[in-house]
Amino acid sequence: MDAVLLARIQFAMTVGFHFIFPPLTIGLSWMLVIIEFLGWKKKNEIYVSIGKYFGKILALIFAVGVASGVVMEFQFGTNWAEYSKFVGDIFGAPLAAEGVFAFFLESTFLGLYIFGRGKVSKGVHWFSSLMVAVGSTISAFWILVANSWQQTPAGYIIQNGRAELTDFWAAVFNPSTMVRFLHTFDAALISGAFLVAGISAYQILKNKETEIAKKALHFAVIFGLIASLLEVFPFGHEHGRQVAETQPEKFAAIQGLYTSQSGAPVALFAIPIDNPPTLKAPIEIPGVLSWLAFGDVNAKVKGLNEFDKENIPPLFLTFVSYHNMVILGLYFILILAIAAYLLYKKKLFEKKKILKILVWSIPLPLIACQLGWIAAEVGRQPWIVYGLMKTKDAVSFTVGAGEVLFSIILFGIIYLLLGSIFIYLLVRKIKHGPEPVSAQEVLS
Amino acid sequence: MIDLNIIWFLLVGVLIVGYAILDGFDLGVGVIQLFTKDENERRINVNAIGPVWDGNEVWLLTGGGALFAAFPIVYATVFSGFYLAFMLLLTALIFRAVSFEFRKYSEDPKNKKLWDITFGAASLVPSLLFGVAIGNVLRGLPVQLIDGKVTASISFLGLLNPYALLVGILSLVLFTMHGAAYMTLKSNGSQQERMFKWINNLWIAFVVLYFAATLVTIFVAPYLFEGILKNPIFWILLVVLFVSIIYIPIGVKAKKGGLTFLASSVLIAMMILLTALSLFPKLVPSSIDLAASLTIYNASSSQRTLTTMLIIALIGMPLVIGYSIFIYRVFRGKVVINQDSY
Repeated sequence: MDAVLLARIQFAMTVGFHFIFPPLTIGLSWMLVIIEFLGWKKKNEIYVSIGKYFGKILALIFAVGVASGVVMEFQFGTNWAEYSKFVGDIFGAPLAAEGVFAFFLESTFLGLYIFGRGKVSKGVHWFSSLMVAVGSTISAFWILVANSWQQTPAGYIIQNGRAELTDFWAAVFNPSTMVRFLHTFDAALISGAFLVAGISAYQILKNKETEIAKKALHFAVIFGLIASLLEVFPFGHEHGRQVAETQPEKFAAIQGLYTSQSGAPVALFAIPIDNPPTLKAPIEIPGVLSWLAFGDVNAKVKGLNEFDKENIPPLFLTFVSYHNMVILGLYFILILAIAAYLLYKKKLFEKKKILKILVWSIPLPLIACQLGWIAAEVGRQPWIVYGLMKTKDAVSFTVGAGEVLFSIILFGIIYLLLGSIFIYLLVRKIKHGPEPVSAQEVLS
Repeated sequence: MIDLNIIWFLLVGVLIVGYAILDGFDLGVGVIQLFTKDENERRINVNAIGPVWDGNEVWLLTGGGALFAAFPIVYATVFSGFYLAFMLLLTALIFRAVSFEFRKYSEDPKNKKLWDITFGAASLVPSLLFGVAIGNVLRGLPVQLIDGKVTASISFLGLLNPYALLVGILSLVLFTMHGAAYMTLKSNGSQQERMFKWINNLWIAFVVLYFAATLVTIFVAPYLFEGILKNPIFWILLVVLFVSIIYIPIGVKAKKGGLTFLASSVLIAMMILLTALSLFPKLVPSSIDLAASLTIYNASSSQRTLTTMLIIALIGMPLVIGYSIFIYRVFRGKVVINQDSY
C-alpha cells in the first residue's frame, strides 16, 4: 500500500476514535450546566445527585478525549508535513486560539468541577461547570474553523508557495464555518441527551434510584427532542444548501446525482456504484433535491458528469454515510417525540420497550457524527484543501510507508485497549447507578 | 530591534518554560510513583496532581499549536523528522492521561497497581524524551532541501545518541527532583521526609550531570557559545541559575518545601532560557551546513499571522494565568483523601 493511503487510514482512525468523545463532552457538559444550576438555585438534592453522577461520567469521557486528542495536535506535523507548511499561516491561528481560549479553560475548570465540590462556593462550582461547557464548545468552534477553511477557503493569498493570511475574519467566518459549527454543535447536544436518557432509562428498568433517574430522563428527552428538531431544520438544511452552493461536486456525490438536471430528485434509497458513478434501484422523489438546494423545484442541480473525473469524490462512501446520517437524524426525532408524548401522558416510565430502545440508542448519535464527518471529509476528496491542494501532495514524504504502518498498528492496538477499558468502566458505572445526596448537603 | 519574529521566539519559549515547570512536576511525581511502595502514599501522589495535571499538559498542546502557527516549517520538519520518537511520546501521553481515571475505577488492588506502573512509565518516557529532543536540536539536525522541500529526517536510533541521552537523563533527574519538591508541599510525615531526602540525592546527581552536559556541549555544539559571553543577558540568567541551584539544598535543610519548589522552578526556567538564548536566532541548527539552519526568520509565518496571534495571546494568556493561579489556590495544601478522590 502506498504511503498516502496509509497516512489517510491513520488519520481517519485517530480522528474517528477521538471524535467519539468530544461530542459527548460538549453535550453532557451543557446539560450539566442546566442541571447544576437547578440544583444550586432550587436547593434540590435530586438535581445535585444527577450532577454528581453524570459529572463522574463526564470526567471519564473527558480523560479518554484528552488522551486521544493529544495525537491530533501533533499529527499534522508528523504525518502531513507538506500540508502543515502549506496551511500553517492560516491554520496556525485557529489552533493557537483553540489552545489559549479553549483547552486551558476546559481542562483547568474540569479539575475544579470534579474535585471542587464543597471546596468553593456553590456559585463558583456552577461557574466551573459552565466554563467546561464553554471551553469545550470554543474548542469545537476553532477546530471547525480550521476544517471549514479546508472546505471553503477564504481570506488568503497564494504566496511563497503557501496560503498566506490576508483577512483573518474572512478566513475564520469562511462560507461554511457557521453552518458547520452549528450543525456539529447541535449533534453534540443530541449525543449528550441520548447518553443521559439511555443511562437513566437503564436505572429505571433496574429500579435503581428511580427518582433521580426519572428526573434525568425527563430532562434528557425534552432537551434531546429540541436539539434533534433543530438539527434537521434549520441546521442540517442550511448546511446542505451551503454545500450545494460552495462544493457542488460533494453535493452531487452525497445525493448520488450523476447527471445534471432541472427538477432533480432526492434519492431516498439506492445502491451507489463507484465505477461508473451510478445509483442502482433508486427510490426517488422528483424535484425535491432542487427545492432543498435552491428553494425551487425546477432549479438545475449540477451532477457529477459536469466535473473533471479526477476531481470528483468517491460516490459510494459519501452517499452511504450521508444517507445513513439523515436516517439516524430522523430516527432521533421519532423516538424522542414518542418518549415526550408518553411523558406528557405520564406513561413513559412504565413502557419497558421504549426504555430499552433508549438504552440501546446511546451510541447512535455518535455513529451519526462519524457518518456526517465521513461524508464531509470524503466528499472533499481528492482535495485536502478544496481547490488548492490535493491530498496526495500533503503527506510527510520523509515518513515511509513502513513507519506509518507501524504506527497504525500501534494506535490500533492502543485504541482497541482504551476503547474496551472505557466501555467496561462506563458500563460498570452505569450498573452501579447514582448515589443519592442528602437534603442537608444541598442546603448547607 | 525587537520584531514580531523575536516576540514569537520568546512566546514559544515561555510556553516551553511553562510546560516544563508545570507538567515537569507532575511528570516527576509519576516517576516517583514507580518507586513508592505504600499504596496509601501512591494514592496521595496521584491526588496531589489529580486536579491540575490536565491543565498542565495543555501547555504542551498550546506550545505545539503555537509552534505550528508561528513557525510552521519547524513544526512540519521536526515532527515528521522525529516520526517514531513522536509516536512513542504520544503513546506515553495517551496512557498517562487515562491512568488516573482508570485507576480510580479499578477496585482490584492489583489493577490499581498496574495503572500506577502505567502512570509511572508513561511519565518517565516523556521526561527522558524532553531532554533527548533538546539534545538533538542543540547537536543539530540534518536540515536540507530534498526536491525543493525542507526536511530534517533522523532515524529513531539516531536520536538516541550518547549526547542526547545525557541531556535526556539530565531532564529526567531534573523533573524527578522538581516532582519531589512538589510532593514535599503535598505530603506529610515520613512521606514528606523521604521526599526531602530524594531531593538531596537527586540534587547531587543533577549538579554532576549538568556540569558534564555543559562540558560536552562545548565540544558537540561550539556554535552555541559564540559571542554569548559578551551578552549581559547571558550573565544575568547564569547568576540566577546558580542562585537557584544553591537554594535547593538550602530549602531542603530548612525543611521549606515552598522555597525548594520555587528554586527548582526558577532553575528549570533558567536552563531553558539559557538554551534559547544561545540558539537564538536559530530554531533548528543544521548539522550539514550551519548556514542552512531553520531560523525565526526563514521558518516563520507571515507578519500578518504573527500579529493576529499576538493579539490572541495577549487577550488569552492573562486569563489563563489568572484562573490557573485561582485553581492552584483552591487546591493548595496537603492532600486530603475523600470520596471524590482518585
